Amino acid sequence: MRKLTWVVTALAAGTLLTLWGQIVGKVEKGIQMHHVAVPDFRGSGVSPNLMNAFNQTLWDDLKTSGQVVLVDKTMYPKTVPQQPSDFRQPPPTPNLQRRRGQEMAVPQNGGGLWMSDWSGPPVNANYLAFGYTAMQNGVLVLYGNLFDVTRSDTNPASQPLSKRYLATTADENGARQIAHEFAADILKIFGGSSLFGTHIYFVHQAAARSPKEIWVMDPDGKNQRQITHFNSTSIEPAVSPDGSKIAFTSYTRGNPGIFVFSVDPVRDLRFYNQVASVNETPSFTPDGKQIVYSSSAGHCCRIYIANLDGTGFRPITSSQFIDTEPKVNPKTGATVLFSTGRSGTEQIYIMTIDGADIQRVSEGTGEASNPCWHPNGQALAFAWTRGFAAGKFNIFVMQDPGSHNYVQLTHDEGKNENPSWAPDGTHLAFMSNRNGREQIWTMLADGTQVTQLTHDGLNYSPAWGK
Amino acid sequence: MLSKRKISCVALALMLAMFAAGCKKKAPPPPPPPAPRPEAPPPPAAAAPTVASFSAEPSTIQRGQSSTLRWEVSGDVASVSINQGVGAVQNTGNRRVSPSDSTTYTLTATGAGGTTTANATVTVTAPPPPPPPTPTGPSKSLEERITSDLQDAYFDYDKNDIRADAQASLTQDAAALKSILADFPNASIVLEGHCDERGSAEYNLGLGDRRASSAKDFLVQLGVPADRLKTISYGKERPACTESNESCWQKNRRVHFATGQ
Repeated sequence: MRKLTWVVTALAAGTLLTLWGQIVGKVEKGIQMHHVAVPDFRGSGVSPNLMNAFNQTLWDDLKTSGQVVLVDKTMYPKTVPQQPSDFRQPPPTPNLQRRRGQEMAVPQNGGGLWMSDWSGPPVNANYLAFGYTAMQNGVLVLYGNLFDVTRSDTNPASQPLSKRYLATTADENGARQIAHEFAADILKIFGGSSLFGTHIYFVHQAAARSPKEIWVMDPDGKNQRQITHFNSTSIEPAVSPDGSKIAFTSYTRGNPGIFVFSVDPVRDLRFYNQVASVNETPSFTPDGKQIVYSSSAGHCCRIYIANLDGTGFRPITSSQFIDTEPKVNPKTGATVLFSTGRSGTEQIYIMTIDGADIQRVSEGTGEASNPCWHPNGQALAFAWTRGFAAGKFNIFVMQDPGSHNYVQLTHDEGKNENPSWAPDGTHLAFMSNRNGREQIWTMLADGTQVTQLTHDGLNYSPAWGK
Repeated sequence: MLSKRKISCVALALMLAMFAAGCKKKAPPPPPPPAPRPEAPPPPAAAAPTVASFSAEPSTIQRGQSSTLRWEVSGDVASVSINQGVGAVQNTGNRRVSPSDSTTYTLTATGAGGTTTANATVTVTAPPPPPPPTPTGPSKSLEERITSDLQDAYFDYDKNDIRADAQASLTQDAAALKSILADFPNASIVLEGHCDERGSAEYNLGLGDRRASSAKDFLVQLGVPADRLKTISYGKERPACTESNESCWQKNRRVHFATGQ
């Protein structure tokens, strides 16, 4: 009800709020979203395993994108075109006036091989994704098409998409790759962007009390790889704006200190840690040339800024309070969100990059932490215990740091922490223990399409980057 | 007449006593034959059995070991038995026994002439005591000293102030620390700051650091050398207790002592 009221307000209020509406307003978007039919593709000489991986990936990418509505597969005709030349226009509908009873019982259509079979009831789709895969000379090939089925036009050149895709490997990874690429092209047609090619860094732990290591995975939870091998406690990953580096905190040298790694290849870039019992929560400035972090040097804990190698460090805040989790505005680079105990329990504040104009962003009740800028540099996501016992965090999105206009995205399902925006600004990754154990989940910024990405061991602190 | 019978009775008793004592010495000369009497004299009494030997070898054992009882009974024997659960035995024999405590075995030999008993004692000693426990002091390891001599200091939610109970704990800790650091001149002690599960992990790393550093300041004020104390914050990374209730949270809001590298 609150959300609905909000969206109505947003619609009435003008351009600034329209952007907000795009982030969180599903109701507004639903009116315009296209309905796409995506029947399962078949493969020529391609194993059922590969085709399952392909079809599942294509469906999931489009479904979780939030950009289109997928029509339920049970509505589809039994026969599905596999290439543009399969379309057959059915004979003209006979005059129903003359032989009404008989003709009504057997309506004329293409049995799935004509546009109106997909655009009419019960499918009611605007678009049809179809095609097939084949193994050609040991290479997995996809012929993928997206046709506007409201137009009776079988010429591929005048339809939105008809393209050949080559897998780099003839295995399940290759099948997923061409599905990701095809889905990305489809989403581009609708003005959306694909998450394919982005990465989610996270903290993985095999079991409670095991070492914590930094891992990375694709945005669908596949292709999980271990980055650190410190056999220690390595936490709090952050990604550089260009996606080439990560920063994190590790106990591998005793006290918690900051590390900066390149990710391809994985290499320690040797961040110099100033002498302190705690250096933690590193993140990058938008130019990727500096690191902001929290340090207990002198007395816990001040926000510092330093060069990428740790040199030239200087404090931004005073050390009267615990100041931590600094996040520089990704668009302007001029302001910093951070969490602090300066007004009692942990709250989110904002200041300039020089430490001036410190103002509270969160309401001041409960505990608010884990601030994360939206890529647009206006909205933010954060974790807040509002309405719940201390420690029971939920994910919230706030329109901008100066407003108290926020939407609650998770509701009374365990602890939900560490929201991280996807580069597309429409998805969030977060940690939740709603199924009993800490795992990484994703959702759209309106709280729908909630998807669990990790299942093995314990997983925390997602950081979503390029 | 009466007096003569009395005399012969005394002589007979004397002879019996000598037999019973197993004395092999030559019997004293028989008394003069009694004067002829008008009635027949009583038949001579049969001699009681003689226990030639009854011994335990060895007579002293440790608990759990065994001893051998040996016996030899002669004379007119109807039955021989040994108490303490051994039961009826042959006139001559041996038996291994393993009493758990010192026991006196009584051999009873019964015959027509009476009953004779003899004792043999097996003395049981306790096994040697285990090696004495390691004496306290320098021979106890540093880890053991830290575990046994130092107690955690506890904190309020989201606070790093030293409460009254923590002051008491840390005051005792200060004395113990001085002793430990004197006994281990190269050692340093780490103060670990811990937090409960509430609040963000990031913020708690700072809070744990503040707790460890408050405790360190308190100890240094009491004269513990600052350069021998290090601090580390584990925030909520290493909880002592993992339930979601106040009693568990309180256990986690603590400063704990450990060895330094």
